[in-house]
Amino acid sequence: MTALLEVTDLVKHYPIDQGLFPRLLGRPAGGVQALNGVSLSIRAGETLGLIGESGCGKSTLGRAILRLHEPTSGRIRFGGTDIVGLDAPGLKAMRRRMQIVFQNPYASLNPRKSVGEILAQPLRLHGLAKGGELRARVGAMLESVGLRAEHAARYPHQFSGGQRQRIAIARALILNPEFVVCDEPVSALDVSIQAQIIDLLDRLKRELGLTYLFISHDIAVIGHVSDRVAVMYLGQIVESGPARAVLRTPHHPYTRALMSAVPRVDRGDDRAERVRLTGDLPSPLNPPPGCRFHTRCAFATEICRTTPPALLPLDDSRMVACHHFPVRPA
Amino acid sequence: MTDHPMPEPLLSITDLRVAFATRGGLVRAVDGVSLEVRAGECLGIVGESGSGKSVTFASVMGLIRPPGRIEGGSIRFGGRDLVGLDPAAYRRLRGREIAMTLQDASTSLNPALTVGTQITEVLLAHAEDLPAGHGPRRRAARQRAIDMMRLVGIPAAEGRLDDYPHQFSGGMRQRMMIAIALSCRPRLLIADEPTTALDVTIQAQVLELIAGIRATLGMSVVLITHDLGVVAEYCDRVAVLYAGQIVESGPTAQVIAAPRHPYTAGLLRSVPVLSDLDRPIQPIPGQVPDLVDLPEGCRFLPRCALAHAACHAAVPMRGLGAGRAARCVLAEAAP
Repeated sequence: MTALLEVTDLVKHYPIDQGLFPRLLGRPAGGVQALNGVSLSIRAGETLGLIGESGCGKSTLGRAILRLHEPTSGRIRFGGTDIVGLDAPGLKAMRRRMQIVFQNPYASLNPRKSVGEILAQPLRLHGLAKGGELRARVGAMLESVGLRAEHAARYPHQFSGGQRQRIAIARALILNPEFVVCDEPVSALDVSIQAQIIDLLDRLKRELGLTYLFISHDIAVIGHVSDRVAVMYLGQIVESGPARAVLRTPHHPYTRALMSAVPRVDRGDDRAERVRLTGDLPSPLNPPPGCRFHTRCAFATEICRTTPPALLPLDDSRMVACHHFPVRPA
Repeated sequence: MTDHPMPEPLLSITDLRVAFATRGGLVRAVDGVSLEVRAGECLGIVGESGSGKSVTFASVMGLIRPPGRIEGGSIRFGGRDLVGLDPAAYRRLRGREIAMTLQDASTSLNPALTVGTQITEVLLAHAEDLPAGHGPRRRAARQRAIDMMRLVGIPAAEGRLDDYPHQFSGGMRQRMMIAIALSCRPRLLIADEPTTALDVTIQAQVLELIAGIRATLGMSVVLITHDLGVVAEYCDRVAVLYAGQIVESGPTAQVIAAPRHPYTAGLLRSVPVLSDLDRPIQPIPGQVPDLVDLPEGCRFLPRCALAHAACHAAVPMRGLGAGRAARCVLAEAAP
C-alpha cells in the first residue's frame, strides 16, 4: 500500500512577541516549540491514532497537516503533492480532499446559520452544486450521518451535542474528501453518545473508503478505532506502531505510564504495579534538554539528560525513541 | 441484609426532589433520589449530563437558588435535616463539615486573589482552634495553609502561597481546590468531576491523592463522575443516575461485574476496554429524555432493548439483596 499522507520532519514554532524593549536590546526571540521534527505516514484506508496529553502538539499536528497552521519547516506530501509549497488556488483544490472534524461541536458550528447553509457552503465555495441538486446533496448527507433531511432548516442550538457532532461530520464529508482529521471528535460528548459517534465514523470510513488521522487523549478510544498509533510527548513522537501491538506491549516509559494511568473497569489486581508519573508536563517554551521525557521518567540516566534519543525502528512496523527501552541486543 | 448493625450513615438523602422553573416548563432535575454515605466510605455517583448528579449534591451544599427549588424530601447530615436550614447555620456547616470541589478548577478559584488569601479565608472563617488575636490568628492560618498545600503535594508550598491561580498548572489548581476544601478537615468531601478537565497522568495523581487523604483523615468522599473506570478503581459503592433518578446502586465491583439495570449494562458496553480492543462497542441508541416532558413509566424505556409491557407504569427501585438495588422490572432476572 502506498502512503496517502507523508509528513517529514515537521516543525512548528510559535514565536512569542517579547515587546519592544527586548527586541531593541537584541535578545533572541523565544517561542513555543509545538512540533519538533515530526515524521509520520498514513496509508490510504487506514486510521492512524494520535495519543498524547494536552500541550503535546497533537492538535497542532492535525492542523498543520491541513495547513490551517503554517508549518515552520518540514514537508507534507498528500497524494504525491507537497502541500507546503502550494499557492492559494492549489491549496483550495487540495482542501477538497482533506477535511477536519473539531472537538467542540458547540463552538465549531456557526450559530447564525441554518444546518442547511452550513452544509451547503463547502459545495458552493467549490462550485460543485447549486439549486435543487445542492439541496438534495445536503439532505442525503444529513441522512447518512443519522439525521433527517428536514433538519436542514433548523439551527445548531436546536440540536444536542451528539447531533451537532453529526452535523460537523456531515460538513466535513460533503465534499467527498479522501482524508479526515478527527481532532478529539468525542471528547466533549457524554459516554453513551461517544459510542454512537465512534460507530458512525467507523461506518462512514468503511462505506466511503476514508483515511483518518484520529486525535484523542483517550487511549481506549484510540486503541479501538486505530490501525496504527503514534504517541506524542512535547512536540515529538516517542513511539509508533500497530495499535494492538503498541497497546499490548508498550515499550516507551511514557506510553507505559499513560496506559497504567487510565482508570479502567477491566483492571484486575495490578493496581500496585502501575508506573506512576510524578510532576507536570514541562513547558514547551523551554523543553528539557536530552530526552524530553527525562524529567518525569523513572528510568532516566545520564545519557537521557544530555542526548535526545532518535526514533528508531524496532522491526518493520514499530518505532521507539528511548535510550533504554526496549532493551536492544548489542 | 447485613450480619452486623450499621451505624447511622453520615449523610442520608431521602426522596429528594429538585425542580427548576424555566420558560419551557418545570425541569424536574432530581426526582426522588434516595442515597446514603457512610462514615469513611467513598461513594461514586455516575451519570451523564442532565442526570441530576450535580444538582443532588448542590442541594446537599444548600446551593440551590431560584429558579431552582427543593420541592420535597430530606437531607440528613450528622443527625440534622439540611432542607430549610437557616443560612447562618448552613454557613457554619459548609467548609467545616462538608466541603465540595467543583469540576473546573480554573474558573472556581478567584483570579484576582492569591491562593494564600483564598485558603486562609476559609480557615479564618471556619477553623475553631486558631489562637486569639489578629496577628497570631493570621500567622497560624498561614501555617496551616502551607501544611494543607504540602499535604496535597504542591512543591515549595511556602513560596507558592503568594502566587495567583494563573501561575499554577491545571493539576496544581485542582490540588489547590482540594487543599481549600480540606483545610478545615470536613467529615464529607464532595468532589464533582475532580479530574474531568485533567490529563490522564495528572488525573491519576489527583485521584490517588484524594484516596490517600481519605484514608489519613478518615473522611467520607462522594466522587461525582461520568467515568466508570474512575468509579471501578476508587469507589466502594456506586449509584447510577439517569434522568433525575437513581437507576442502580450497590457495591462497585458487583455492579460492574453484573449490572442489573439495562442503562448500566449499556454504559459498560459502550466504552472500549483496553484488555479487549477487538470487542465491538455497542452504543445506547437515542438520547436522554427531555426533563420537562418525562415519560410516565421507566425513563430509559425509549432506549431500552428489553422493553416490556410493565415498563409503561412507574418503576420503583427494587432491592436485590447484598446492598444492591435497581429500578427495572427485570432486575431480579439474570442479566
